[in-house]
Amino acid sequence: MSLRLGTTGLVYVALAAILAAGAALAAARGQDLFTTANTVDLLTRSSLLGFVAIGQTLVILCRSLDLSVGYVMALSSVVAATAMAGQTSRIWLGVAAVVVVAGLIGLANGLIVTRLGVNAFITTLGMGLIIKGYLDTRYKGPAGEVPAEFQLFGYTRIGVVPLSFAVMAAVAVLAVVFLRRTRTGVHMYAVGGDAEVARMSGVRADRPLLAAHVLCSVTAGLAGLLIASRFGTGSTLVYSSGYELESIAAVVLGGTYLLGGRGGVGGTVAGVLILATLDTVFNVLGVDPFFKDVLRGAIVIAAVALYARRQVDRAATPPRFPAPSRVPLLRPPRPPEAAARRGGRP
Amino acid sequence: MTATDTPAAGASGALRRAGAALAGGGGGTVFALLVLVFAVIFAINPGFARPPSLLAFAQQAAPLVVLAVGQYLVIVSGELDLSVGSLVGAQVVVAARLIDGQEPMTLPVLLLMLAFGAAVGLVNGLVTTVLKVPSIIATLGMMLVLYGAVRLWTGGAPTGALSEAFRVAGRGDAVVLPFIGGVPWAVVIAAAAGAAAVALMRSPYGRTLTAVGDNATAASFSGARVWRVRTLAFVGSSVLATLAAVLIGGFAGVTAQVGEGLEFSAITAVVLGGVVLGGGRGTVLAAIGGALAVEALFTLFNQLYLPSTIQPAVQGLIIIAAVAYAARERSRRSPRAPAAAGGPEKSPREEV
Repeated sequence: MSLRLGTTGLVYVALAAILAAGAALAAARGQDLFTTANTVDLLTRSSLLGFVAIGQTLVILCRSLDLSVGYVMALSSVVAATAMAGQTSRIWLGVAAVVVVAGLIGLANGLIVTRLGVNAFITTLGMGLIIKGYLDTRYKGPAGEVPAEFQLFGYTRIGVVPLSFAVMAAVAVLAVVFLRRTRTGVHMYAVGGDAEVARMSGVRADRPLLAAHVLCSVTAGLAGLLIASRFGTGSTLVYSSGYELESIAAVVLGGTYLLGGRGGVGGTVAGVLILATLDTVFNVLGVDPFFKDVLRGAIVIAAVALYARRQVDRAATPPRFPAPSRVPLLRPPRPPEAAARRGGRP
Repeated sequence: MTATDTPAAGASGALRRAGAALAGGGGGTVFALLVLVFAVIFAINPGFARPPSLLAFAQQAAPLVVLAVGQYLVIVSGELDLSVGSLVGAQVVVAARLIDGQEPMTLPVLLLMLAFGAAVGLVNGLVTTVLKVPSIIATLGMMLVLYGAVRLWTGGAPTGALSEAFRVAGRGDAVVLPFIGGVPWAVVIAAAAGAAAVALMRSPYGRTLTAVGDNATAASFSGARVWRVRTLAFVGSSVLATLAAVLIGGFAGVTAQVGEGLEFSAITAVVLGGVVLGGGRGTVLAAIGGALAVEALFTLFNQLYLPSTIQPAVQGLIIIAAVAYAARERSRRSPRAPAAAGGPEKSPREEV
């Protein structure tokens, strides 16, 4: 527990550091990072990626992966907009249709992974291609229409906090409670940590994995709803924005172990905020958009390399046997150099 | 084979083994699929069976074959390389900008591209092995860096032009044979790359690479330097991606989109060949067969006049079905990987 808090704590420290550095850089150029417009921009960016990354966290915790989320988002935005057809009375129909369609896609992903034994990378890559083929063939451009009331979801603000960000935060809290307090949530960690040990302990390894895939697709569907409400119509081209890889980057940046079993949604939200902060800072500083890609790639690699050091270190000291002289809860995060020295290659 | 086997039983056993190899979801299955797809193509369009059409097909498939061989090296060692598509794009754009239509620049630029490719592979490999970043993240980061860096350097749109000498590899003929016609350089190069990879996989290095992919801990206890073996695989993948870039640049020319999505096509090809993500299983020939099968499927779609937009959907269905089929056969035959969750050292989900 304390170790998990340690990693999540580190991510939030990194977020604070990046915010401070960004603010300092902006101030050096005579600009303010924390204007209302910039803050709203930052939070709006995070809400969209946040939905996707929360679902992706659940799947990755189970030692799986979902590369179809970008396509599910695009499909969901189209489903929502066509089901609503511009009428206020049909908003709930649109939302329900998205949840059902996205849930079924997640169920299909999960069943292919668990029942047919196809690994998740191939399953979700293939599923993404299938959805892409359907979207490109069926729709030549934007489709459907979202009523003005539903567009409020994308544009309403409470102070500087966009409604979409508040909803995303609520979903994140639900996900944290789900992972800590429900049987399926706890089993996700067990299955992700070691499916065989989980099975021998009486956990049906398939069920948490199925649940994770369904929930991941549904959160991607929520992101699709947000897109529909922002654009006012269903947009098929969202899938080319690379959300699947960006969400994985956010999850890993948030300290969740890519091979499953460790991490959590709290860290992921911080990871999403870090990526959004970088984007906003680059915008404020007027950094070349192509240079942004270079920086972002380098930062993600550097951050994960840093966590990898900590994980090597952690593997050396199992949490059940803390060092006798220390109280685990008060143990400060170890500096990365020390971790590097202790956790060399075997 | 026991003493009770009569010669007839031996022969039927051999037949059964051959049947199992073809239908078993391993390397043989992909060739069965390839033959099937070609049979359908020939039935639809008998003219396709002539050597010029087949050689044109082989020329078109050559870059994917080369990429699949590179991706195979990385996958069999238990990793993934997502950066090859963006490396192909970067190399083509770099070549066009530096050569800028001047013939004497061709050779120096080719050497520079090789060095750049090797450097990219070295970084991928060292970040994965020494810094312990999962290869999917390391190569994803490299993909973003290359994508951004090349566009930053060229200001968004590719500039310059390739020289004629550069384009020979992609579109020229190596020899003109009687009855068959011109054999494209691309086919010769892809065949050479494949043969070199087969030889490599039979060398001590290749054996070690497979062992590392199967169980890195055991390989390291047996004295293999896991980090060096894997890093070299990444270098091989990037160098082969450079070769593919030369072929693609010569064949298709320079655009901003060149290389996009090639990493997933290469992974599809390798996996279709029965090579298991997670490492340790599969052969180079099967990966090459996978690449040919992917290209043959695209050709079939064209022959069937399927709208090009539906092709990804069919590709997605086929890759899932192929891997599900292979997984079913593998779990049925191998006691090491029971259907429920797999052995402790390699569960199906670990193979991501």
